[in-house]
Amino acid sequence: MTEMTATMQPLPEKLLASLRRFIRWLTRPQVVLALVMLVLMFVMVIIPLYQLGATTILWQPRDLIINPGIKVGTLTLFHYNRMLTGILGQIYTYTPLAHSMTVAIGSTLLALVIGGGLAWLVVRTDMPGRKLINQLAVVPYIMPSWTLAQAWLVFFKNRLSGGTPGVFEFLVGQAPPNWLSYGPVPIIICSALHYYTFFFLFVSAALMSIDSNLEEAGELMGASRPRILRKITFPLVLPAILSGVIMTFSKVMGTFGGPNLLGSPVKYYVVATMLRGSLSIGDKADAFVLAIVLILFAIVTISLNQRAVGTRRSYETIGGRGFVAQISKLGNLKRVMTTIVVIFQVLVIALPIGLLLYSSFMLVDGNYSFSNLTLQHWIGARGTVYNHGEPGVLLNPDIWKTAWNSIKLALFTALFTAFFGVILGYAIVKGRGTRLSKLIEQLAYIPYVVPGIAFGAVYIAMFARKLGPFPSLYGTFALLVIVSVAKHLPYSSRSGVSAMMSVGRELEEAGEVAGANGFQRFRSIIFPLTTAGFMSGFLMVFITTMRELSLIILLVTPQTELLASQTMFYTENGDQQMANIVILILIAIVALGNFVIGRFSKGSSLKKGLGM
Amino acid sequence: MATTITIRNLSKHFGKVTAVDNVSLDIEAGAFLTLLGPSGCGKTTLLRCIAGLEDPDQGDIYIGDTLVYSHSKGISIPPGKRDLGLVFQNYALWPHMKVFKNMSFALEIKKLPKDEIKQRVQESLAEVKMEGYEDRYPREMSGGQQQRIALARMLAYRPGLFLLDEPLSNLDARLRMDMRSELKRLHHVAGATTIYVTHDQVEALTMSTKIAVMREGVIQQLDTPDRVYHTPENLFVADFIGNPKVNLLDGSVEKNNLVDLGKFKIPMKTHQATGKIVLAVRPEDISIFPSPIPESVEFTAYSVLPSGADSTIIAHLGDIELIARESGISKIKMDEKIWLKFNPEMLNLYDKESGNLIVSGK
Repeated sequence: MTEMTATMQPLPEKLLASLRRFIRWLTRPQVVLALVMLVLMFVMVIIPLYQLGATTILWQPRDLIINPGIKVGTLTLFHYNRMLTGILGQIYTYTPLAHSMTVAIGSTLLALVIGGGLAWLVVRTDMPGRKLINQLAVVPYIMPSWTLAQAWLVFFKNRLSGGTPGVFEFLVGQAPPNWLSYGPVPIIICSALHYYTFFFLFVSAALMSIDSNLEEAGELMGASRPRILRKITFPLVLPAILSGVIMTFSKVMGTFGGPNLLGSPVKYYVVATMLRGSLSIGDKADAFVLAIVLILFAIVTISLNQRAVGTRRSYETIGGRGFVAQISKLGNLKRVMTTIVVIFQVLVIALPIGLLLYSSFMLVDGNYSFSNLTLQHWIGARGTVYNHGEPGVLLNPDIWKTAWNSIKLALFTALFTAFFGVILGYAIVKGRGTRLSKLIEQLAYIPYVVPGIAFGAVYIAMFARKLGPFPSLYGTFALLVIVSVAKHLPYSSRSGVSAMMSVGRELEEAGEVAGANGFQRFRSIIFPLTTAGFMSGFLMVFITTMRELSLIILLVTPQTELLASQTMFYTENGDQQMANIVILILIAIVALGNFVIGRFSKGSSLKKGLGM
Repeated sequence: MATTITIRNLSKHFGKVTAVDNVSLDIEAGAFLTLLGPSGCGKTTLLRCIAGLEDPDQGDIYIGDTLVYSHSKGISIPPGKRDLGLVFQNYALWPHMKVFKNMSFALEIKKLPKDEIKQRVQESLAEVKMEGYEDRYPREMSGGQQQRIALARMLAYRPGLFLLDEPLSNLDARLRMDMRSELKRLHHVAGATTIYVTHDQVEALTMSTKIAVMREGVIQQLDTPDRVYHTPENLFVADFIGNPKVNLLDGSVEKNNLVDLGKFKIPMKTHQATGKIVLAVRPEDISIFPSPIPESVEFTAYSVLPSGADSTIIAHLGDIELIARESGISKIKMDEKIWLKFNPEMLNLYDKESGNLIVSGK
């Protein structure tokens, strides 16, 4: 008995010590923040994904129409059977999937050629005007992705959509063939001209970081130029190229805007447009099966790519210190190349804007003569025969409300995302090597593999009705903010980590020694030192949220209308000029935001926002 | 003000690597203790454990009478409450704060009155001879000046314990020399217990009252600089301390008071030692003669390296190589015959097997 108590005695002491150690672990700033982010990400990412999956394998009330007698809420593979087999599978899934793949592969390759080539010209040649070209190369990315598609329609459309002629027909006198006006060719061209920015940024950073000594070493050993390019330069740039491939491919797979504008008139459906179609007729479970197909496809692509590169985030190896690059002399081609590049950039930037602007002044769509010009669509009175009686855009209070919604959404999203970025960055970097740090880094990465439209669909699944402590958020502004913040988590974590890496850990430890608590260290040391990173993240997210369409198209309601969705609805309604004006307003706001943020925070840039 | 430090059975692991291995250490009040060792020996980890920036996996740490860390009791007082100051290797001055703010930050957290903060900052700046730099940003100063500000920042909070983590390693040779004397002076004036981490044996020998030589997380010897230099307790310490390096010669003791080194024999008091040994002799304890004298051994000058105040001579005898030292610019020519004589009072014998000191000539 006495022996028993002797061995029992130390136990409470030991327990107390363990408890103290646990509490100390739990109150470490990086652990607290990691746990907070863990809970947030669980709600914003995991639960919605679960709901999405669950919906597809349970009988839905709607299924009673075709299958009377089923028990709603019980397990079934009905939706998968319908969507993935037989003739319906062909129509709903496989054909759109083939189209999505065609479009994604085509745009990725084209964007690679344009972006990689441009990067090489800017970094590695003596072409004049490189600085200007460098700056202009980022502009298409700032514009909404479907701007080009919209402009393409203005120029190349034939009577198939809206029944009015495009500029091409007006100039040439003959309508362009369908393959030039609609379908994969224009979709690929328009997406590539938008997304080549990824390749341009990644490849130019990689080229800049390659020590030209490596190439010179090859040259000294007698290798020929093409051989050096193939054997030395290319492998070093490969990780950057693959990063660009991942980003472009997964973006295009989930893009809605371009394919909807350019594909729908000829019934060229991709998974994204199909998904929205299913949702709009109420087949939620079917739509979600498509979403899962998209997600799986994104995961497969990305993991194949990672296997090819060998590391998970290969683009972390590029960037950083710059070396003196070996410059190729273009000789007589100098002027010619500059001219070609500048013309290309003007075509990509100025022409679409010019077209949209010109067509917005046309009283009747399709008549390009000067006598047809009017300010009706801009400042016309209410109740005319035009635009279903709506007043000019600038006089329409609804549009102003919509614009304000968009700005509010972009600001809130950017603020939360940048804030989460700092927190995630801190928790991940400070906790490096721990399981918790790895877990939140991986969780934050998930939204990356969920294409935009699928992510929107996931959110409908979750927040359409009351769920536990969460009220039904469908139709609220808050839902738009939450979905945008969640979708941007990978960007925030990446830019947050790179911002935090640049702050030496001693700087915070010096604060610890000085007696500052976690909160004081954040306020006085961490935040001030990551301002540039914070602002870069802010800028990047502000821009992408302003022009994001795929993500929010399923979630907006008349009360929460955004500029991006508004253009789409105007186009679908045949109010082409109004749609163009709204796009122009959108571009103006983004450009202004870019300018203002750039002014107020030196050192922030889109590149940093992309985590480079 | 100065405090004692008591460390009991301290261990710290990083994954599978043991950085600090069951270390126990007593540091008296006012000591200048240097943790010396090659990189990766655990010296910085030990310092960070004392500072409270790392949580050890085992053991207790007392600063004065206060138990600041105990694994078994689950106690760990945060760094800011341990009454210590830390100077980092790269200074860790906050780049967005001016010098004044850098120095006053900790004092403001302690909620000291404004006048006192101002006064302390001024005093500390004066102590490191940096008056008038209050409004500079760190990047507007040279490395040496930043170093002084980092010191002043520590002085301003007047801790009972100074911790310095390789503070001079980022300075050039000349500045390092100046700062050594300044640091020693500061310690002398402030009188605070100081723990200093370095891999530079010269820093350790010149500044410390005690040196703890570390290897693979274990303290090999804790002693005065004199004893660490002249009576290293094992071959690792003997080999690590000294520049040029100590000469280590394999041999054996067969007859009492005679060490057999193969090609020649050295007379010395061998006491109880027998069997295979390693003889250690410092270059300055070998005298060089141009002609034979009693008990000297004939060598050939392989290379002669004069460096102003003294010259280093590399001498060969068959496959035995010795480093000897003489003052001034040496007149010896390469390939000349020279006669070397070991100072018997400065020889140490180590057990070949364990590497531990068995006989000290001293």
